[in-house]
Amino acid sequence: MSIVVNGQTYETDEEGYLSNRNDWNEDLAKEMAKVDNCSLSDNHWEVINFLREYYDEYQIAPAVRVLTKAIGKKLGPDKGNSKYLYELFPYGPAKQACKYAGLPKPTGCV
Amino acid sequence: MSETTGGVEMDEDVSGVIKKFLYVNRKAPYGTIYALESLEVVLIAAAFDQDVSLVFLDDGVYQLAKGQHTKTIDVKNFSPTYRALEGYDIEKLYVEKESLEARGLTAEDLIVPVTLLPAAEMAELMDGQDIVLSF
Repeated sequence: MSIVVNGQTYETDEEGYLSNRNDWNEDLAKEMAKVDNCSLSDNHWEVINFLREYYDEYQIAPAVRVLTKAIGKKLGPDKGNSKYLYELFPYGPAKQACKYAGLPKPTGCV
Repeated sequence: MSETTGGVEMDEDVSGVIKKFLYVNRKAPYGTIYALESLEVVLIAAAFDQDVSLVFLDDGVYQLAKGQHTKTIDVKNFSPTYRALEGYDIEKLYVEKESLEARGLTAEDLIVPVTLLPAAEMAELMDGQDIVLSF
């Protein structure tokens, strides 16, 4: 599978996750979100950028429980809870946000 | 026996039991898939809230060594992921003292804080587990 953004074609896996993490850019994230009928707000970007930093540091996409806890630690309890994250990313915060962040699908419990 | 648990017997009073799981890592990080597979199983199984310990012995101690440069062998350096274990509430990491010393390493050469155990105490640790998974 692939996705076309600004005339450029990017390879993805069968679920739409970017094949090469280094291909990522913000327009690509917006286009992926558009396909899901989702428009990215600052709150979405906060989570997406957090995931990219997490991946840079640990070389994995976190499980949803770990993501929720880590977001709480960094952005406060208002944001570090399932309700908030699922409202932003109804397909599952780890799964959907990782996709827009250009990361592989998280290992294990998403 | 029920269909919803895939044929595995699971009585109601059993589902909440916490068992002691030990993951034994004996192989060098690259060259075989064992180290990475073990780490992935640990991360996936972390969702089940069990009592998890990891031990590293023999060449397995190299899995935790600082300064792994894997570019020239064209594989991903997954050693930073061991630092994520704490966030998964996996905090019991043991390294066999003899294995570490035999390779000229000390706890300072490792990327995460660990408990050093002499071989005899390692045997006791293993003996006290419900489930031991060896990689």
